[in-house]
Amino acid sequence: MSAPGTKQIVRVASGQGFWGDWLEAPRRQVEGGAIDYLMLDYLAEVTMSILQKQKERDPSLGYARDFVGAVESILPGIAERGVRVVANAGGVNPAACAKAVRAVAERHGVAGKLRIGVVTGDDLLGRLDELLSAGHELRNMDTDEPLSSVRDRVLSANAYIGSVPIVEALGRGANVVITGRSTDTALTMAPIRYEFGWGESDWNRLAAGIVAGHIIECGAQCSGGNCLYDWRDIPDLADVGYPIVEASPDGSFVVTKHPRTGGRISIPSVTEQLVYEMGDPRSYITPDVVADFTSIQLEDAGRDRVRVHGIQGRPPTDKLKVSIAYEAGYKAVGTLVYSWPDALEKAERADLVLRERLERLGLRFDQVLTEFVGASATHGPLAGHVRDVPEVQLRVGVRASEKAPVERFTRELAPLVLNGPPSVTGFAGGRPKVEEIVAFWPALVDKRVVQTQVEVS
Amino acid sequence: MRVRLVDIAHARSGDKGDTANVGVIALRPEWYDLLARELTRQRVEEHFRGVIQGDVERFELPNLRALNFLLHGALDGGGTLSLKTDAQGKVFSTAMLRMVLEVPESEARRLGLPGAAS
Repeated sequence: MSAPGTKQIVRVASGQGFWGDWLEAPRRQVEGGAIDYLMLDYLAEVTMSILQKQKERDPSLGYARDFVGAVESILPGIAERGVRVVANAGGVNPAACAKAVRAVAERHGVAGKLRIGVVTGDDLLGRLDELLSAGHELRNMDTDEPLSSVRDRVLSANAYIGSVPIVEALGRGANVVITGRSTDTALTMAPIRYEFGWGESDWNRLAAGIVAGHIIECGAQCSGGNCLYDWRDIPDLADVGYPIVEASPDGSFVVTKHPRTGGRISIPSVTEQLVYEMGDPRSYITPDVVADFTSIQLEDAGRDRVRVHGIQGRPPTDKLKVSIAYEAGYKAVGTLVYSWPDALEKAERADLVLRERLERLGLRFDQVLTEFVGASATHGPLAGHVRDVPEVQLRVGVRASEKAPVERFTRELAPLVLNGPPSVTGFAGGRPKVEEIVAFWPALVDKRVVQTQVEVS
Repeated sequence: MRVRLVDIAHARSGDKGDTANVGVIALRPEWYDLLARELTRQRVEEHFRGVIQGDVERFELPNLRALNFLLHGALDGGGTLSLKTDAQGKVFSTAMLRMVLEVPESEARRLGLPGAAS
């Protein structure tokens, strides 16, 4: 690998937009053409709590296990071609993740070529009481409730951390960097920042790196996947190319993909991704910088190439966002399908029968939600009156703090097949499953209380 | 004349807790000003009345020919608490595109809007 400061273009490829994304993508990004870095984003809001539960059952787990297979599929790229990998696959157990990666490299005889950097310090679960007693209330950003109201039900608590520890790991020679709850955007910005030596108050360039990260953090969602614009004519989604950022030292960059892959990168496809999950566009807040999305300029730079420039940033706040997961009761969702004639009317009648039975059983729920899939489930009254549809799916969900009423609800759906309105089918899946609800509690904490650590070995 | 929003804009939506965001993007750059004028906070609030529980915030991104709307109380509690099919607000974008705008004939002709006599 070359020394930082010598490259004029740094190529960062996105190989995973969430845990569960296309298994083929990492290998295709490494083998499809020249790249310098592969970034893999595995963590959604509730992923950390699932991983925490896995770790409690088995202390050697608690990380995104798909990552180990991903690394295995690209070992030649890492060991021989110098591609470096940055991933937040560590979840709540980055050390165990590193161990699993090392084991797979040993099996292939290339462990000597791997320098694994592990970033920790985001995990606040063991420090919660210390923080609360020191006056950090960790109030819910949406409801303003203090964390103390759900403290005994907390499953995981992680601060979103920025680019600094990743830059340090790269500087110490790591070619695989594993983090816990890094921000998705830092996984892209950190390698660019490292290569070009951007300083901590290089606000415009840091913001540009964040925007690059936002564009590619959802994988193919900027390269033709889930793209409404001209969707019929987006070529060959079966072979879709995942996005690559070609960054320049001045902060401008080009979004592109490997040649001879499907999908499309265009101003409309990139714009759709830019507005995805957007809040106030003038203040995209990250631990490193606040990016102003109203400053972004897009320019057509040829086939499947969009140039992005003009981005402005300003200093970050003195807080970090904390992702807290807590137990919030139980839920179950069940479905039945009613057919023509009068499909919707039958489904509506079945819902009334079901609700009356739940009522007579004296079951108490925090919520019962009925949807008619095929008529109004996603657009509600905006869909207008449905005409003579061939079938409608009745979809009923319930939620309660206790398990018992939810359990009983799951027994009340199937009987409707024989003792409710007619022309009903689609119950072959059996009884609905009772799910434990793990809810998300977003909070802020003072930056100074979170110290990250970096280990490279 | 009546112009369907779906014929002059594309959109994408996502979630943050119990809030859905909808980004509306002009299909042609020259149609952005019309969108910015017609898609007021009040119009969007009326459109989603009975569908969302909270209010609407609106942001302009003229650089991207886009508007961003935050629809609060849209997701039945949001995230894992929500029992909705669309718990993450993924298709609020298309619900937004059901809007129909009233545009003067002359302006529709000048802008070359779909359906306008040339």
